Amino acid sequence: MDAIAVSNLTKRYGKTLAVDQIDFAVAQGQTIGLLGGNGAGKTTTIAMLLGLLIPTEGSIHVLGHDMATDRFAALARMNFSSPYVALPARLTVAANLRVYGHLYNVPHLEARILELADQLDLHEFLARPAGQLSAGQKTRAALAKSLINRPDVLLLDEPTASLDPDTADMVRGWLERYRAESGCTILLASHNMAEVERLCSHVLMLKKGKVVDRGTPDELLTRYGRDDLEEVFLDIARNRGQAAEAAQ
Amino acid sequence: MNASARRIWGLMYRHLALYRGSWPRLLELMYWPVLQMCIWGFTANFLTARMGGAAVAAGMLLGGVLLWEVALRSQMGVAISFLEELWSRNLGHVFVSPLRPWELVAALIFMSVIRMCIGVIPAILLAWALYAFNLFSIGPLVVLFFANLMIMGWWVALAVVSLILRHGAGAEALAWSVLFGLTPFSAVFYPVSILPVWVQPVALALPSAHVFEGMRQVLADGTINWGHMGAATGLNAVWMGVAILIFARQFRAARERGALLSIGE
Repeated sequence: MDAIAVSNLTKRYGKTLAVDQIDFAVAQGQTIGLLGGNGAGKTTTIAMLLGLLIPTEGSIHVLGHDMATDRFAALARMNFSSPYVALPARLTVAANLRVYGHLYNVPHLEARILELADQLDLHEFLARPAGQLSAGQKTRAALAKSLINRPDVLLLDEPTASLDPDTADMVRGWLERYRAESGCTILLASHNMAEVERLCSHVLMLKKGKVVDRGTPDELLTRYGRDDLEEVFLDIARNRGQAAEAAQ
Repeated sequence: MNASARRIWGLMYRHLALYRGSWPRLLELMYWPVLQMCIWGFTANFLTARMGGAAVAAGMLLGGVLLWEVALRSQMGVAISFLEELWSRNLGHVFVSPLRPWELVAALIFMSVIRMCIGVIPAILLAWALYAFNLFSIGPLVVLFFANLMIMGWWVALAVVSLILRHGAGAEALAWSVLFGLTPFSAVFYPVSILPVWVQPVALALPSAHVFEGMRQVLADGTINWGHMGAATGLNAVWMGVAILIFARQFRAARERGALLSIGE
């Protein structure tokens, strides 16, 4: 069974087509990258996967649960992190983690918080309000929140946006280890092509709401005759080189 | 604790942690009810002294002030707790958790009970200490008055939350003002019969008007008007049903529009 199975997924806002008949599946334990320029449909797709947005057409199954009829069963085994969705700024990091631990019905919550504090090096700011953290600390706190329930499916929207290279590298390394140890399925939306090459086993290229190409990073590099995914991204964004239709 | 109760507690814990770390928030909860009680208590004292024999009228005035605060604080307790999530841009995290919409509403209602108690109990104590007015001298019926006014506050708040889901932060001012707009029709300080004839059906469609008619009758001659109590309870059931329907529809519409992530903007 695939961890995520998306079929004919479409989202229309009036006359605007935000996502256009997308199909994809993610096997358990895989990390898949969702790439595309601004307005390509990445955030809309993630919002539909999380049940925040109702699709106009199509279906989504996460861990075997139909998100249209049984989304809460799936949500209990999923989690999400985005630099654009904040944690309550006046609550301490520990209090925030307690809130989400309760919402996800995490057993032995205090022990889990300490475990995450060890793994993500949070101890020095557990008692500090989330609003007083640096960007790197906020990212680690948000990552801890997204892992509080040991999710089987993790959705990350630009997890290293606005981080310095050292912190971003630490976060990527941690995600690699976490996936290897837990077998978690990760869907990652990012504009950082080096990050996608490092973390993702498969990539979906989105443009104007459509999947215009897909494959492993190596397959895409070979298909477009490029040395890195950034060049592939630019080829697709600017309609250069191999046409998406031909590529598929 | 089962999973559902734990999720409700989780959201309550979020708000309790906020109040624990912010004494101005706690002070704000008490400030307005206590201020109201000071102003109207001294006014009632003045009227009693000047007019003589007006102790019952003074009691009606103070009872009205205190009980109307119950409705106001209950309504604001739900609406402002929801707004706290919106202001902290946390709704995205809340709505992708397994928290069901009814659990969200339950947590907001429990928070409103706590907020109402923190706000109204000091005013009740002040009325007793300064003006020798004991709201509980009404008897066990006061529990029914409280319950009906709290439920009215909740369904009004659900309607406000629905408007916020529909119109975003632009509707947030209603969280403070909407119930004040119902004050003239609620017959808090005067009987419904004082209102123009064409306004009276509007007043009688509100549970609050029946509660205050009942309160005045108890204070005036000690008799309980069960008709008013039954009307208040029945109307609350109808209005609560309507508010739940509106909330459910607006929540679904917000999911269709993608408003749950951008609602604070």
